[in-house]
Amino acid sequence: MPLTVDELKAKAVQVRRDSIEMITAAGSGHPGGSLSETDLLVALWFRVLRHDSKNPQWAARDRFILSKGHGCPALYSCMAHAGYFDPAILPTLRKLGSPLQGHPDRRFIPALEASTGSLGNGLSIGIGIAHALKLDKTDARVWVMVGDGECQEGQVWEAAMYAGAHGLDNLTLIVDYNKKQLDDMVKHILPMDPLGGKFAAMNWNVMEIDGHNMQLVVEALEESRKVKGRPTCIVAHTITGKGVSFMENDPKWHGVAPTKEECAKALAEIGA
Amino acid sequence: MVRELPMGPATREAYGAALVELGKSNPNVVVVDADLSKSTYTTKFGKEFPDRFFNVGIAEANMVGIAGGLAHSGKIPFCSSFACFLIDKGYDQLRIAVAYPRENVKVVSSHGGISIGEDGPSQQSIEDVALAVTLPGFVVCVPSDAAQARDLVKRAADHKGPVYIRTGRPKVPTIYTGGEFPFGKSRQLEDGKDLTIVANGLMVAEALKAHDALKDDGITARVIDSYCVKPLDAEAIERASRETGALVVAEEHSRIGGLGSIVAQCLAATTPAPLEQVAVDDTYAESGTPQQLLEKYGLTWKHIVAAARKVLGRKARPSTPPTAGKAEENEPHPFEV
Repeated sequence: MPLTVDELKAKAVQVRRDSIEMITAAGSGHPGGSLSETDLLVALWFRVLRHDSKNPQWAARDRFILSKGHGCPALYSCMAHAGYFDPAILPTLRKLGSPLQGHPDRRFIPALEASTGSLGNGLSIGIGIAHALKLDKTDARVWVMVGDGECQEGQVWEAAMYAGAHGLDNLTLIVDYNKKQLDDMVKHILPMDPLGGKFAAMNWNVMEIDGHNMQLVVEALEESRKVKGRPTCIVAHTITGKGVSFMENDPKWHGVAPTKEECAKALAEIGA
Repeated sequence: MVRELPMGPATREAYGAALVELGKSNPNVVVVDADLSKSTYTTKFGKEFPDRFFNVGIAEANMVGIAGGLAHSGKIPFCSSFACFLIDKGYDQLRIAVAYPRENVKVVSSHGGISIGEDGPSQQSIEDVALAVTLPGFVVCVPSDAAQARDLVKRAADHKGPVYIRTGRPKVPTIYTGGEFPFGKSRQLEDGKDLTIVANGLMVAEALKAHDALKDDGITARVIDSYCVKPLDAEAIERASRETGALVVAEEHSRIGGLGSIVAQCLAATTPAPLEQVAVDDTYAESGTPQQLLEKYGLTWKHIVAAARKVLGRKARPSTPPTAGKAEENEPHPFEV
């Protein structure tokens, strides 16, 4: 059963808690981007995506690719709570032998549609899948999430040009536009604005939304299914470290694990 | 007298023809190219099966990623461009979208080596085999003629997993009329007892000519077409080392990281023997006709003959370990050339 917006908000609290606890237990990882993308992932996995955890290779399933693979803690949490594996293994993130690899790895979790972690790859893979779905005449949809910093990779624009030119309308790209990258603010490294305008110029249907307004997120994702003749790009404006005051808008939290004390403080802020 | 071999089609032409046959027999075969389809010969497939042909434009990284996605969804993508553009520009994507998730992508390049001629070093690939063999799980083949290329391409479609096949631009001598060329094997074309010449690609025809020239001088050379660089036919290489005691490895590739390196690695771990390489030195070539370049950069049967004489000299004078505290000062080290 797809969740209501209020239920999705509650689920997002759980996923944020999981991400912080997983990264703390691992001693390394990327909390900032995991928290910024959480509302988008929760809306996808518990409301929008057509999928069945009991039948992960279902031919008619929607395909989701987390191209910004470093955001995998939140993805693992969503998939666990959606029934793909036992949430009890979430604390094994990044540990030897765990299927929860430091970046998504299909060898360990076949339900992942791509192995990612080298930025820029996901959209091209998604295009290949979108073509194959059209050849097979299924109405399944491909969803790819990239980061804004990731859009500095040239491959993203090779792929964007291609998908727009070919009118791949079974493809939705979601940009987790959190405005931070590892070294600094995106605008201080290589500004991406106007990001939506770039996609629009390449024949994409572009929507810009508040990526933390669950109602708007759900509406935009569902709206993209109806668009014909063009792929859709949802530029979701988000906040790095969303939900934890001392992580919000601080590039320091791109790739640093909290201490146990910081973890406790973060969990208290996120709530239950 | 060295033999004359009849000229046949280029291996890239054989690839294009084999693709069309595959397209007819297997609806899952799809092709992606990056605006070089007239040169890679995938254009024939594109005309025959337009729905299954994706010309992505001049964007190799995107092309390889798309191929990975197509394979993920059960298609059998053949992905083509010039060797240097396909492997070098698409390398991250070959890692992330193909090798690492073990996707069933067939990477078939054209214009391998320096024999592309006049276009010069920016288009001449002397590194592709080295780059391809280090990708875990990849099968890597360098066919020597059209019949072999055709068989390897069809075999690639049946094989579950990533494959790299390097084809060439120029027309090449016909060595085979047909036959089977399984992955992990090689083909012995001549037998001999004095040394073994291991070659692939267009150096196989040169190896056969070198065999003839050596024979005129009473030297018998075994000739092995090592069309599959990975997995190497280690059994045939070890046997050749054991039975002939000296090897020349000839390839149209950098002497570092290609067939010569892999054969040497195999022998060092099993049956060491003196080995000489006929390959492109650690340098880029230049513009010129294919034949001029092959001569200038040391890739003809005459160069194989010279390497054979050199390796036979080393075989006749095996290096013995120096006695304790007394270096053999007058003995040149075998690798100081």
